[in-house]
Amino acid sequence: MKGKLTPRFYMRFSFAIALLLWLALTLLDVLQVLASRSQVDLGLSPLVPLLLIDLFFLFVGFHFRFRIKKIESGNFIDFLWQVFAIGLLATLISLAIGLFKESIDGSALANNPFLDAVLYSIRFGLISIFLISTFTVWKKLILYQKSKRLLIWWNIFEGTILLSIFYNFTGQVFQESAVFQVLFGAMALMGLILSANLKWVAYLNFKQKWKSILLILLVAIYLGYFFTSIYVPGADTPDMLAPIDNLFILSLFVFLLFYSIFSLLVIVFNLPTSSVFEKKMEEAINFQRLSQSIQQGENENQIFDILLASSMSAVYADAGWLEIERRGSDEPEIRRKNISPTNRLEVLSQISLSKQKTVLKNPLSKASIHDQTLVVLKKTNFKSALIVPLAIQEEIVGKMYLVNELSDGFNKEMINIINTFASQASISIENFRLLGEALENERYKKELNIAKKVQRALLPTQLDHDDAFQIHAFTQAAAEVGGDYYDTFRLGEHKFAVVIGDVSGKGTSAAFHMSQMKGIFQSLVQLDLSATEFLVKANKALSACLEKTSFITLTYFVIDTKKKSLEFSRAGHCPTLYYSSKNGKAEFLENKGLGLGILRNDNFKHYVFKNEMAFQKDDVLVLYTDGISEAANHDGEEFGYDRMERILNENAKYDAVSIQKMMIQKLYEFCENKDLDDDYTMVVIKFK
Amino acid sequence: MLDILQSSENNYISITVTGDADASSSIKLDKAIRWAFDESLQKIIIDCTHLNYISSAGLGVFMSYIEEINQTNTTFIIYGLSEKVLKVFGILGLDQLLKIVGTKEEALAQINGI
Repeated sequence: MKGKLTPRFYMRFSFAIALLLWLALTLLDVLQVLASRSQVDLGLSPLVPLLLIDLFFLFVGFHFRFRIKKIESGNFIDFLWQVFAIGLLATLISLAIGLFKESIDGSALANNPFLDAVLYSIRFGLISIFLISTFTVWKKLILYQKSKRLLIWWNIFEGTILLSIFYNFTGQVFQESAVFQVLFGAMALMGLILSANLKWVAYLNFKQKWKSILLILLVAIYLGYFFTSIYVPGADTPDMLAPIDNLFILSLFVFLLFYSIFSLLVIVFNLPTSSVFEKKMEEAINFQRLSQSIQQGENENQIFDILLASSMSAVYADAGWLEIERRGSDEPEIRRKNISPTNRLEVLSQISLSKQKTVLKNPLSKASIHDQTLVVLKKTNFKSALIVPLAIQEEIVGKMYLVNELSDGFNKEMINIINTFASQASISIENFRLLGEALENERYKKELNIAKKVQRALLPTQLDHDDAFQIHAFTQAAAEVGGDYYDTFRLGEHKFAVVIGDVSGKGTSAAFHMSQMKGIFQSLVQLDLSATEFLVKANKALSACLEKTSFITLTYFVIDTKKKSLEFSRAGHCPTLYYSSKNGKAEFLENKGLGLGILRNDNFKHYVFKNEMAFQKDDVLVLYTDGISEAANHDGEEFGYDRMERILNENAKYDAVSIQKMMIQKLYEFCENKDLDDDYTMVVIKFK
Repeated sequence: MLDILQSSENNYISITVTGDADASSSIKLDKAIRWAFDESLQKIIIDCTHLNYISSAGLGVFMSYIEEINQTNTTFIIYGLSEKVLKVFGILGLDQLLKIVGTKEEALAQINGI
């Protein structure tokens, strides 16, 4: 059962009831004619047919109330079309009845009161349906974009109209009753006031306005025709109007006619301005297109084309072009519309020759780069030009030229629209570029992550050693990749090479040089060179491939665990921290030595020196890069050599891993939460 | 932050370096020294009295002119280095290749003495 109670059901149900009421009414009329003929009293109250009529009105009203919901609310032409169609049907049938009556004029049938009663009833029913359906549509139109106040007014009016249906029980007639006249006057006044609500007209385009005029005109004609056919008596009666006994029908007629006439007049007077309204709509749509073009995956060129096309149509320009400056190209890119390349050059030269130039401030910006220029042209087919700069973040990316065949072809209102278009297009293009850059950055990030993995693989995971010493390394880069380097190599059964190095600079360039250093170490170390020889050869190899301002610092150690001796050479690298168990204290091995790549000739060998020393059990070597010694805290104070020395003194008794951990922990404590601004590397060797 | 003041005196060029010479600001330092060489006075003094910190990139700038100093026979003197900065020069070995003196007077004496 529930499924039945749809608007569709109500629509059909009310229609069926209305139809039944109408049949009953017609039957009653016929019966009354019959009764008056045979002079029999039906014994019916005179109120019964009135009640039937009133109920018929109500159900027809119901029917249209539901029926109109099927039409979309903004579709005004469909509304009017419905009114027109019903009116046409009613008029045709009404005319047909008239014709039929004329054709049987003089015959016996012509005076048949039964036929008269039936035909009158048909016409009455049709006209009522037309009036009520028109009322429903007019209501919809009046309440388009309604305000709260309007709705209240309307509800009062509609309520009064509904009540007036039952006014016929009083039996009063317009011509005789003052109350009737006053009530009618009041309702007509309300109808008149409400008829001023014509907002829907503004939303019609030019074509729709013409259609509406035609339809409403016909509706007005129907209304006039029906009114005459009901209330204007034939020529033989002296009265102006037949007795009007129905307040409802009369008020309806008047209100519907008012609104039709108002609508007609307003539409007619709005015809000339409709092109302006349409233009504004088009501008709004173009504006939306410019702002949405990014989402639709359009590229820069498409945005430029939309900008040019919408600007041209907004200012009625006859032709135009865009000059777009592209990165990496001296010549600007040209996008033309309605102008040939030679014509464009001709106009351009006239623009530069013209002495009549007006600079127009852009109201949206204070900077003078946003100013537009208005140029009066001579000696070309175009007589005026407007030049609009396109700027992204205070940087001019192009210019838009709009030209018109008329002199003084641009006015101030148009220029404001262009400003809006140009800035919106600039925003769209900027977004587009930012999006591209973001994607590019994302790609770089991925590449850098790969580089990070590759570089991590360059640092050894297993450090060569034997039972005579422990070795432990720690490294951390400030960026994805860094320039710190350490490595080991087993030169013989008891002989090991250990190296620590630091490439000048940071990041990617440092990482590349670090990988070169790795290659040089891996090749040279095989030759089993002395520490100084290693540095001299490494310097020579690096001289050819290092950037001019780059250098590498390095310390190279050769550990002989059998002889318990240590040979090392320093090439500009931070002095090694050495803890002697015999002395019970740590010191820095500060001896001379020039960094690799600083002196790129044979003189280098005079600047590096060989150092030899013996080590004992529990001696500790701390190799590190300057990221550790120069690490600064929030006050700009450096971690420094003294602090490192003290920490080693306190922790030298522990194993290599603990010493490293303690050193880095103290470093982090010292720096607090400050971000890493250099690469940290530390290698700890403890002899056993 | 690195501030650089360059001036052309009678017979020499003077460059005053103030602040931190790190990877990004070293470009300014390089430009200033490049300018000094292009003036072809062959006498350049660098005042580092207020050079607070120098990174490897900053050292790289000085280093890259060593060859040109020798080739063009330019007197290139750095003075006024703080103990900390001097140590950084020393560790790298640059003190062996560049003329580093304590005061402006010493620097000028060397320039005029030649």
